[in-house]
Amino acid sequence: MEEKIKARVMDTPKIKRALHRMTTEIIERNRNLKNLVIVGIRTRGIYIGKRISKLIKEFEKVDVPVGVLDITLYRDDFSESEAQHMVKKTEINFSVAKKDVLLVDDVLFTGRTIRAAMDSLIDLGRPKTIQLLVLIDRGHRELPIRADYAGKFLPTSKREIVQVRLKEIDSGDEVLITEPPGIK
Amino acid sequence: MAFKHKHLLGIQDLTSSEITTILDTAESFYEISTREVKKVPTLRGKTIINLFFEPSTRTRSSFELAAKRLSADIVNFNLKTSSAVKGETFKDTILNLEAMNPDAIIIRHSCSGAVLYASTFSRSNIINAGDGSHEHPTQALLDAFTIRQEKKNFKGLKIVIVGDILHSRVARSNIFLLRKMGAKVTLVGPPALLPLEFRKFGVETDFNLDRAVERADVIMMLRIQLERQEKNFFPSVREYRNLYSLTAQRFRRAKKNAIIMHPGPINRGVEISTDMADCAKSVILKQVENGIAVRMAVLYLLLGGKEREAID
Repeated sequence: MEEKIKARVMDTPKIKRALHRMTTEIIERNRNLKNLVIVGIRTRGIYIGKRISKLIKEFEKVDVPVGVLDITLYRDDFSESEAQHMVKKTEINFSVAKKDVLLVDDVLFTGRTIRAAMDSLIDLGRPKTIQLLVLIDRGHRELPIRADYAGKFLPTSKREIVQVRLKEIDSGDEVLITEPPGIK
Repeated sequence: MAFKHKHLLGIQDLTSSEITTILDTAESFYEISTREVKKVPTLRGKTIINLFFEPSTRTRSSFELAAKRLSADIVNFNLKTSSAVKGETFKDTILNLEAMNPDAIIIRHSCSGAVLYASTFSRSNIINAGDGSHEHPTQALLDAFTIRQEKKNFKGLKIVIVGDILHSRVARSNIFLLRKMGAKVTLVGPPALLPLEFRKFGVETDFNLDRAVERADVIMMLRIQLERQEKNFFPSVREYRNLYSLTAQRFRRAKKNAIIMHPGPINRGVEISTDMADCAKSVILKQVENGIAVRMAVLYLLLGGKEREAID
């Protein structure tokens, strides 16, 4: 059975506007853009990170490098679960030491991914600061973590699923709220 | 794809897609050893025992570093100072170590099949680090990882394995793996060390190294086990060297992009000349480096790597 789509909360223009606004906020807050690096969390954080980097280049003519972080090895739920998770590559071709690191992910939920990502980043070097950008903040945090830049705050119930789709790997740009099958 | 095995006993038990899973996973682990902090917390709290009944430098320390870089605790069992010298049986040794609740035991033993036997009564994940002349799966996997790094693809690749095929667990594991991945394997060695029954594994045999070298994309030299020389498998080391040593003169006949491999330890000047072992086409030290990433992948796939759902 297909999962049920409950709402389509963002489309191409809305995502574009949110990224533009957040880019402006990043530029306002980081006066030394040359010290900024972007690290996208697999998978969709990478593409959001690349779009932000492109916008910064458009607005301010500064190149901000984008790295890729795979947090599998830093997860805190290895032993609790059954299925297996494939490890993918971390590809950060620059030093994060003394940098202002902008961590990018699609959805902020429990905060556990971000906890894992921060541990992983700090093992790669000691960043000057870490800032967090997410396209959707859906609440339900289990750890004291918050986003510095959020595209949209989206109150959800815990059993709902928030799906971010991006044209780089999906059919197009959109954010959906869905519910798993079998739940009324 | 998921990796469903509890133990790693040999390459024979694996499918080509499982081999690919291990190599792809190793690809991700490779980068960790290049970091300044060469450690991830993945296997924190897991205990691993290195149980080596035979001497080893590379394999034992490679497994040890692999475990440590994944934050597992690893205990090295030292044959000389162990109760095995007091006559404790293999099974009792394992049962006693197991009473200490390890998660995995890495075993090397001089008897073919010892590791399989251990897996029949052990609760832990058992990893074969070489059993007699049977299999040495992680060596074949790290060889495959190195070949893939250099040649990208196994299909149709011509690989020549040279030396003491009869006694070599490295040769057997490599034959199984390379055949599963679609490479073409030719075995070369003196008749006494190259039983023709090996042809049933789908490989070719040749007693002439000069001829075999010409076609090879990969030349894999094996160690001549000098300790077995008294049994007269070949008339003299000098004759062996004349016929089967990889020398600069011989290597000139090879393809321009052929590479040289050796699982170590090398007998310089016996199966391979010093200039060949150290030349630009030799990937021998690359093999050692890759061993850590491959063993990290094996430990991860057997001991960890589980998830519930995406944690968002």
